[in-house]
Amino acid sequence: MATTATAAPPATRRDFLLIATGAVGAVGAAAVAWPFVAALAPDAQTVAAGAPVEVDLGPIAAGQIVKVFWRGKLIFVRHRTDAEIKAAEDVNVATLPDPQPDSARVKQGHANFLVVYGNCTHLGCVPLGNEGAFKGWFCPCHGSVFDTSGRIRQGPAPINLPVPPYTFVSDTKIRIGEESKTATKTAAA
Amino acid sequence: MSQHATTYVPKSAAAKWFESRLPIAGLVHSSFVAFPVPRNLTYFWTFGAILIFMLGAQIVTGVWLAMHYVPEATRAFESVEHIMRDVNYGWLLRYLHANGASMFFIAVYIHIFRGMYYGSYKAPREILWILGVIIFLLMMATAFMGYVLPWGQMSFWGATVITNLFSAIPLVGDTIVSLLWGGYSVGSPTLNRFFALHYLLPFMIAGVVVLHVWALHVVGQNNPTGVPIKSGKDAVPFTPYATIKDLFATIVFVMFFAWWVFFVPNYLGHADNYIPANPAVTPAHIVPEWYFLPFYAILRAIPDKLGGVLAMGGAIVVLAFLPWLDTSRVRSANYRPLYRQFFWAFCVVCVLLGWLGAKPAEGGYVIASRICTAWYFIHFLVVLPLLGLFETPKPLPSSILETVHAGRKGGGAGLPVGAAAEPSIKG
Repeated sequence: MATTATAAPPATRRDFLLIATGAVGAVGAAAVAWPFVAALAPDAQTVAAGAPVEVDLGPIAAGQIVKVFWRGKLIFVRHRTDAEIKAAEDVNVATLPDPQPDSARVKQGHANFLVVYGNCTHLGCVPLGNEGAFKGWFCPCHGSVFDTSGRIRQGPAPINLPVPPYTFVSDTKIRIGEESKTATKTAAA
Repeated sequence: MSQHATTYVPKSAAAKWFESRLPIAGLVHSSFVAFPVPRNLTYFWTFGAILIFMLGAQIVTGVWLAMHYVPEATRAFESVEHIMRDVNYGWLLRYLHANGASMFFIAVYIHIFRGMYYGSYKAPREILWILGVIIFLLMMATAFMGYVLPWGQMSFWGATVITNLFSAIPLVGDTIVSLLWGGYSVGSPTLNRFFALHYLLPFMIAGVVVLHVWALHVVGQNNPTGVPIKSGKDAVPFTPYATIKDLFATIVFVMFFAWWVFFVPNYLGHADNYIPANPAVTPAHIVPEWYFLPFYAILRAIPDKLGGVLAMGGAIVVLAFLPWLDTSRVRSANYRPLYRQFFWAFCVVCVLLGWLGAKPAEGGYVIASRICTAWYFIHFLVVLPLLGLFETPKPLPSSILETVHAGRKGGGAGLPVGAAAEPSIKG
């Protein structure tokens, strides 16, 4: 291990200095690069503005889609009709591009309310509600079609409209930005 | 620059004193006065000068606009209207800058296609060409970020769509997008950093332009025959021949530019961008600026997110490999009968893609986009490599001078006899 080829010239003080300087310099450059990259990330103010928001579901009529913002991101709250729920449930999940049953996209016992991010998972446009072949959403930018569960059915979007973290505070109020830890409690109550 | 010694001789004592300390006058003299220029260059060779003028014009109008513009989401749109209504000649500065971007791209596309037609990318001009591709990329980034600044509906949704392209990158895509945004969506931090970068990038372009011109002056200009300068008689000195021609062409181009600015200043823009940004509503029909349309059509032609992004990026990256994809040893399409046809077919495909990029992504438009996208890549990856092997080129002239005397392209036949012998020629 310590043996080197005899032909190699012995390491000089200059070799040592070069390697040591290079190593310290590289570590220094990486250490300085970090704050520059980190400063590009969402700042404390932006993060703080991402506190959970509450949405009153009472005024939302069946068939209506309401747009709300959380962390600057658009969110659809859709009060689904029975026909829309049925359409979302009567699907062979295995045939979907991003297979997910409708039950995994709504809170148990609240299938009439669908809460999803409102930006197309392709390139971020806002899809139009009640449009497209499945009467869910249709994105006018690049033609993605979503069903009444917000799942991608046709077009270039790779995944379903994601469900944000939210929880039912009461039967007519949700809090977006906070995943329910009290799911079992509500179920028990 | 390069090997040829300057013929500049400082006359006054002060000039001698200065030249022995910083030989910049000699550098300018050898690059822009004594520099040998092929005597058969057409007006297609004036677009380099026009582009340098446009870069300068964009920087000057941009700096003036920046004195009044506010890069903050709640005030950006208003500040642009403030420029239009309240600032003295603000309307002129803004229309010059907005239309200037389009003029810049018109000139750069002519410049690029001229290079493709005459094989200007071939040895020994590969580095020159690649530097050009880098400038083109920087121009695209600058133009995109500039278009975001007015914070209208097209600005906002253009920014959303283009930044979301990066989310297609596996694993790290979402992190990169969040670093681009400085938030959880396109917002004020995004606008502020785009403004900073929009101000920075033109100066980086200027830096690469210096390298581009340097490389050009090492290898010399190509010309309509593609045959290199072989003797002093093939060339004329840059000044006055190229200088006056470049100036004349630039002035004509500026008149064209002025027509847009004064008569149809909003023709190349979108009415939707006069609606303030609204993150809850996407305009029914979003399209990028005209100069991005062919690439946008390629993006939409691929029915897969990552695939579309890769194809769009690949459409630009493939240009950098052009010097090696084209296997023909003959440069100019004037002597390549088959290539000339494929070149025009390629031009038609690019224009078609531009037209398709502005159409909705549905039905026949999608199919046409796919055919054109396929041909775009086939041209570079199949046609060009094979053409060099199968095509029989026409016989090349023995020198530039021969074509000039034969009364062919170039129009330099009326030159004074002495003019051709003047410039110093390197091998």
